[in-house]
Amino acid sequence: MTEPMPAQPPSMAEELHKPPRNQWLDVWDQFRTHKGALVGAFVFLGILLAVTIGPLLWPIDPTYIDIRARNSGPSLAHPLGADQLGRDMLARMMAGGQVSMAVGVTAMGLSVLLGTLIGVLAGYFRRLDGPLMRLTDLFLALPLLPLLLVMVMLFREALSARFGPEMGIFILIVVAIGLTSWMHTARIVRGDVLALKEREFVLAARSIGTPSRRMITRHILPNVLSPVMVSATLGIATAIITESALSFLGLGFPPDFPTWGRLLYDAVNYVQQYPSRVFWPGLAISLTVLSVNYIGDGLRDALDPRIRGR
Amino acid sequence: MFTYTLRRLILAIPTLLFISLIIFLLLDLAPGDPTAQMPLTIPPEVKAKIRESLGLGEPIHVRYLLWLKQFVVAEPLYMVDHYLGTNFADGMQRVISWQTRSPVGDIIVQRMPQTLWVVGMSYVVGIAIALPIGILSAYRQYSVFDQVGTFVTMIGYSVPPFFSGVLVIVIFSVQLGWFPSIYDTTHEVTDWQSFLYQLRQMIMPVMVLALQTTAQISRFMRASMLDNLGQDYARTARAKGMSEATVVLVHVLRNSMIPVVTVIALGVPLIFGGAIITEQIFKVNGLGQLLITAIYANDIPMVQTITFIFAVLIVLFNLIADVLYGVLDPRIRYD
Repeated sequence: MTEPMPAQPPSMAEELHKPPRNQWLDVWDQFRTHKGALVGAFVFLGILLAVTIGPLLWPIDPTYIDIRARNSGPSLAHPLGADQLGRDMLARMMAGGQVSMAVGVTAMGLSVLLGTLIGVLAGYFRRLDGPLMRLTDLFLALPLLPLLLVMVMLFREALSARFGPEMGIFILIVVAIGLTSWMHTARIVRGDVLALKEREFVLAARSIGTPSRRMITRHILPNVLSPVMVSATLGIATAIITESALSFLGLGFPPDFPTWGRLLYDAVNYVQQYPSRVFWPGLAISLTVLSVNYIGDGLRDALDPRIRGR
Repeated sequence: MFTYTLRRLILAIPTLLFISLIIFLLLDLAPGDPTAQMPLTIPPEVKAKIRESLGLGEPIHVRYLLWLKQFVVAEPLYMVDHYLGTNFADGMQRVISWQTRSPVGDIIVQRMPQTLWVVGMSYVVGIAIALPIGILSAYRQYSVFDQVGTFVTMIGYSVPPFFSGVLVIVIFSVQLGWFPSIYDTTHEVTDWQSFLYQLRQMIMPVMVLALQTTAQISRFMRASMLDNLGQDYARTARAKGMSEATVVLVHVLRNSMIPVVTVIALGVPLIFGGAIITEQIFKVNGLGQLLITAIYANDIPMVQTITFIFAVLIVLFNLIADVLYGVLDPRIRYD
């Protein structure tokens, strides 16, 4: 450096001495500017709070049968009415929400884990790229909904016998959804890893002899975090929809174990007389998925440093 | 291009074989016995005979190859015989459904028209709505129309068909009584009145399915138009003094359609899968409903065949999309 440094204005010097801003604060600032995402985040948190804290405030057992309140409309005792056996709909909605959310989040976790693993392996190790990507293509060519239905039909009894009817079907559905939804994450991650591998900092890290394992955990994974986070958010939405679809087709959770899809399925038979019973679970599913989609949209913008700060 | 298509076609064969093996093994290795539901009064030796007649006595690879032969050789030959009056397939065994004891192929042929009518119509309607929406919201980016379009698309993505379907039944068939809630497949169009009835009973399933198609394709159309509107050739066309309509609808639209056409091709098999739910709601007895009843009845040959048909459709349309991309865009050459 032979050229003299230009004199910096004092304000800028002060700026330099300030501790650097947290990256996640920047992300949050950008996220806040996306109105849809912000509203979506509030709605999603609201639904999450309602299904987790709600049962504490509304301590009616969702399986308790109050036969005299059978098919009753909204009242003080049952704000959303009661179903054909006299079970409180509000309690069932909250219990169903817990299961649907749990399935969504767990299945998303599994699918993102698988997708990231396969994506990173395929992108980083050239020898694995061909076989793993062929595998991904193969999975993309599978008819997923029919296969999910078949898997649930075939393995339901075996797993119910081993883990109990509720836990068994939970494991089955989560694993089935996770196994059939990792492909898009894997493709995105592989593309990003391939691009990252050509960057200078990876070259520098390699030149000082970083082993592959640390290379992936220290340099690759933090840099593919943002696409993974976006696809994780969107994965929750797909998982919730898939679980509801399975339940709706009668191949999901057992009838005494409410989920939103199951509630909708049970209510369809009474749609002529009691349309509101269809409305609430359907609205809950749609609102959750809509809010998650908006959050994903906002997150995509917020995590992109090229858009951030504009 | 021709060699590329040929290579892809040849590559599709091992893919399909592998998928068929996965489907077969999944169904075969699963616990459960098709004769388990039968009354206990049947003596064990008769039960063994029944199992044999269902083709369960043979080892697994023999059954797989037999099923493959029945599906790939016997069924197409029967179809050829049926249309041309030849007898190539005489004496060949067909895939027999355990539920009805009749050939799976015949049942699928019976169910196909319903699915094709409802699903195909909804896809066409969806595309017809999606393209103008996509073009307009790209041309007037960030306008009110664009914002509303984005919101409607988000709803189309987020509201699952099993809710939107039930919702339209509640509104239009229970409350207003405009349309029948059950699709009557035995209905025949003979005169104007019956045609109107057919139209009325098709509107709801078609619109529910079309909402999802519209959501996806209008997004793609918008993004693709936005990419092309900012290109130099659009500015050149404007600078030459061409009318705005020509610039947008001829120059930009034609180039923007290239990725959209491939997306449309890719979406065809997916819509068959999505139709399973819609068919269930509106009681259309098409392929999806056939699959569901077969799954409930443990009718394994039927499930295998339908699932495999879906897989063939996916592979086929993937291939079509790739080839179309090369045909439409001269910049892309695969060889």
